[in-house]
Amino acid sequence: MPPHDHHDHDHHHEGMSPSGHPYRPDQDAPLSYFQRMEIAVRELLVEKGVTSEAEIAEQVAAMDARSPALGAAVVARAWTDPEFKARLLADGSAACAEMGVPVEAMKLIVVENTPETHNVVVCTLCSCYPRNLLGLPPDWYKQRAYRSRTVIEPRKVLAEFGLTLPEGTDVQVHDSTADMRYLVLPMRPAGTEDMDEAALAALVGRDAMIGVAVPTA
Amino acid sequence: MNANEPGRRWHDMGGLGDDPAGAIDRESHDYALWEKRVDALMVLASSKGYFTVDGLRRVLEDMPREAFETQSYYERWVQSVTQNLMEAGVFTPGELGVKMEEVAARGETYGECSLGD
Amino acid sequence: MPYQVGEAVRLLPLAPPGHVRTPWYLRGKIGVIERDLGETGDPEALAYGRTDAPPRRLYRVRFSMDAIWGAAAERPEDRLDAEIFDNWLEPADAPA
Repeated sequence: MPPHDHHDHDHHHEGMSPSGHPYRPDQDAPLSYFQRMEIAVRELLVEKGVTSEAEIAEQVAAMDARSPALGAAVVARAWTDPEFKARLLADGSAACAEMGVPVEAMKLIVVENTPETHNVVVCTLCSCYPRNLLGLPPDWYKQRAYRSRTVIEPRKVLAEFGLTLPEGTDVQVHDSTADMRYLVLPMRPAGTEDMDEAALAALVGRDAMIGVAVPTA
Repeated sequence: MNANEPGRRWHDMGGLGDDPAGAIDRESHDYALWEKRVDALMVLASSKGYFTVDGLRRVLEDMPREAFETQSYYERWVQSVTQNLMEAGVFTPGELGVKMEEVAARGETYGECSLGD
Repeated sequence: MPYQVGEAVRLLPLAPPGHVRTPWYLRGKIGVIERDLGETGDPEALAYGRTDAPPRRLYRVRFSMDAIWGAAAERPEDRLDAEIFDNWLEPADAPA
């Protein structure tokens, strides 16, 4: 067996993911109890006709195809098209669907940063995240430190991410407690007046859309 | 505010602050194939109506604090997916046990034991 | 009657076992309705396989950090929004 049986992605460097981060160890280490459970459950679901290996592989491929680039494209469109921005703030899911971003059942609320208000998103009860727009969440988003602290000391948390807000900017925390998913619409950086949508999208990283960073030109 | 009030559970952690949370570890890993498959099974089984995201969360939240401290995110998920599928009558613990033995007999590593895709 | 945007509400200070979506740190706190998200599946029934249970109304409730944390607030005028189901809400002027 190759070190990682990532059949869909055999063009990657061995052991590295599309983002260049290491994969969690799996294929080479001794089979764990929980991996054994995953394989067994998957095979039972296929045998019983609940799903198929092809359907599971498609689902994994769809997951791999989602990345913060989708969210960044939405942000860049909102920066350059005021009517789109108005629709995005009114109904996030519908506006994303309009751009061809597969939102499926996701109910999206887009929150806009302004000089008066900075938005930051957390899920204290689990790790709700706008996966359709940003891909799977970073590890820290799921960890106790981020989840427990962001609702009580958001400014200290933002400072740990290197973000110090101007005096007079309020922090608006969104605890993603139920059905909605949140995307922060950052402020368009100064000095980007001549940039087109694609160049603007390249400025927008995942952390800015969670609200723990702001884009810079 | 403390984590030990009667009725408060480990997953419900908003506001517990620095103690015992500590600094944010910003190191990130990508997900392994087996973890993505667990995720895919959840998405497929729930979209087909076998259980809901709330059922997934219920089983996760019922886990003891020790599970959160010693098991990884998708290790907890695979247990919850499995529990919900058994509750939905998709398979029995006995069927799963037999299948898990069959899987283990194939080899030493995930790659050897997983026949999928 | 659904709550109106801007109406002050108190979250019930309950502590049952089981699956709920109301964070502990907000229970008993007073906020205002930020928006009405309409009816949606009831997590407290869906979690236990009761997919035929009636839907519940979901609201986004806005709190000042002062209302949540009092003297422990990092900056009292900062704010927090959370989605709360109607069975966890009462009018803020109801006797506590």
